Amino acid sequence: MALLLKNAHVVDPAVELDGIMDVLVDGDKIAAVGEGLTAEGAEVLDLTGKYLVPGLVDMHVHLREPGYEAKGDIESETAAAAKGGFTGVCSMPNTDPVTDNGVVIEYVKSVAAVKGHCRVYPSGAMTKGLKGEVISEMGNMVAHGAVAFTDDGRGVQGAGMLRRAMDYGKMFGKVFMSHCQDEDLVGEGQINEGVVSTRLGLLGWPAEGEEIQIARDIQIAELTGAKLHIQHISTAKGLEYVRAAKAKGLPVTCEATPHHLFLTEEVFDGTYDTCHKVNPPLRTAADTEALIAGVLDGTVDAIVTDHAPHSDWEKSREFELAPFGMIGLETSLALVITNLIKTGKMGYARMVELMSSKPREILGLEPVTIAEGSVADITVFDADATWTVDENEFVSHAKNSGFKGAELTGRATDVFVGGKRTLAEGVVC
Amino acid sequence: MFNNHKHLIDISEYSDSELMTILTTAKAFSQVNERAIKKVPTLKGKTIVNMFNEPSTRTRSSFELAEKRLSADTLNFGGSSTSTVKGESLIDTVMTLDAYKIDCIVVRDRHAGAPYIVSQASPAVVIDAGDGKHGHPTQALLDLYSIWERKGSFDGLKVGVVGDIGHSRVCGSLIPALKIMGAEVTVVAPGTLMPPAPEVLGADHIAYNLDDVLPDLDVVYMLRIQRERLEGAPFPSLREYHQLFGLTKARERLMKPDAIICHPGPINRGVEFDSYMPDHPERSVIIDQVYAGICVRMAALYLLLGGADNGLAS
Repeated sequence: MALLLKNAHVVDPAVELDGIMDVLVDGDKIAAVGEGLTAEGAEVLDLTGKYLVPGLVDMHVHLREPGYEAKGDIESETAAAAKGGFTGVCSMPNTDPVTDNGVVIEYVKSVAAVKGHCRVYPSGAMTKGLKGEVISEMGNMVAHGAVAFTDDGRGVQGAGMLRRAMDYGKMFGKVFMSHCQDEDLVGEGQINEGVVSTRLGLLGWPAEGEEIQIARDIQIAELTGAKLHIQHISTAKGLEYVRAAKAKGLPVTCEATPHHLFLTEEVFDGTYDTCHKVNPPLRTAADTEALIAGVLDGTVDAIVTDHAPHSDWEKSREFELAPFGMIGLETSLALVITNLIKTGKMGYARMVELMSSKPREILGLEPVTIAEGSVADITVFDADATWTVDENEFVSHAKNSGFKGAELTGRATDVFVGGKRTLAEGVVC
Repeated sequence: MFNNHKHLIDISEYSDSELMTILTTAKAFSQVNERAIKKVPTLKGKTIVNMFNEPSTRTRSSFELAEKRLSADTLNFGGSSTSTVKGESLIDTVMTLDAYKIDCIVVRDRHAGAPYIVSQASPAVVIDAGDGKHGHPTQALLDLYSIWERKGSFDGLKVGVVGDIGHSRVCGSLIPALKIMGAEVTVVAPGTLMPPAPEVLGADHIAYNLDDVLPDLDVVYMLRIQRERLEGAPFPSLREYHQLFGLTKARERLMKPDAIICHPGPINRGVEFDSYMPDHPERSVIIDQVYAGICVRMAALYLLLGGADNGLAS
């Protein structure tokens, strides 16, 4: 049955839409977009007062399955994605077994097809076992649907290794996504090196440990001609390297997370809250300012969450023993609206680029627009809904958010994936 | 409770007058330790657990003696018998200990912030006996006590802390405590042993050359080179470290006539010292510090566990 979405404020810069109109969905496609649409027999949904945009995509998510189902699984974390307004996520390969061959890609895809609440675009490991020693079977993974390659969770330590992986894998046309971390320099670093690490007696994770690999990876990408995407960029200088690469015309993109945009190392105090322990670590106010400027001027291409579910018991351990990472799928949209849109820094059109069109473009996915003929991946949100982040209300299997207690504005109400409703008035279906 | 303090974890939460109260209380307990019968009934009926999750002989012995001289019942928990070795989480271990109806947990742990976790999981009074590279407040108290005994006051006192500042839990408490008391602190170390931001601990001056600063110091606080806690090699050899940063008889001529020498122990002769300086009859207070440890721990336990309501128990 056709579905008529009435009176929503449609924003889609790709087709220059920004106004109140109706969207008719028929099957898995958008059949018509315009004012005063009617359709005989169609189910009508009145979206007066709400925004309607191309489905949001989070290109950096840890679904934890296979291997770490105690933290979260494909069903629970894609449900969290739907709750957060996403129609698709790119899954990271640090599973057990590592997603470094076509079999595991196929497993992720098939579980997602049966139990998933959003589309799952699996990425594959750049090196076998994420060990940074041998090139993974990239061709086999692409044949089974891998959209990108990354050793996320670790940087590839050897420049020669990275070069081999890029030189070999570039024939598949997929993007190489880099987690930048020089392990010799970072060592057992726990939080940003500086004032706070000194005060808390924790080993520092210096900004240079990330920046050096960003600079190096850009140079190796230039050497090989591979497409490079810098993951979860966290420092001002790292962003400068990306800006310079773009100015030079290199195929280099980057992403930033809400926690690196809106939190600093100053959140740490004598309580050693492990929910703020992330990798790369929360940096300084100067860094967040530079990252936000990069979001506004286009240097940052995508906002992603690096959604990293962990069990309560793991996060309640001693700080140095607790794992890195926080969840983010259910707070990302609201954090962007609250901190960047409601403050007047940017508009919804830019948000659509950052959270929908650009992630699809970087991953080489079919574009989604609010236009006749496009796949009906649609996100609807109430831009004025106010709510408080409550760990007991998370749909995710995990509770390790660094934004617990935050008062936010904006929340997804309805999500459609290929015309099928996955979120209905705030409830995952 | 001691004023509004339930725990002794972060020494920077204490004021100068509160720290002075601990020192004067320690002085009073010092008389107990000089008696033939070294015991008072002050904490009779209180149960204290010494939870030492990493090996420690000196600090644990000092706490245990202080507790026994106050007549508390003590339980030593740790070493190879700890549940943590068997995979139990710190919080589960603390909940188990609490079921014994205890009053105080003295925590030593290799991880920064562990005493805070214990304080959140337990209703007991928590005393930090050293956590990771973070803090060691009773060590700072005994250092203050030893300096106060010899110098009488902290006002404008120039203290140099020499050695592994960056990996030292002692510095995490000592430098803030010295600042609270009004001293001026210089840290001296090679860059590899310096924390990223020494000034946040309270260091007034940062120096890389011991000979340059030695003539100005009233107190020379030498730190132990903690060979077991050094990731990577921070200096080329112990020989070179000794040449550059060791307090030796040859360097004594640079010191003020009344400058004193402290060290948290155990000392490495031939590394931070030669064989002469730690035994220096006028200058070294290293053995006095060990004794001060008993006195300040008695004072801290008394103030936090007994204090005003002490003796009212029926």
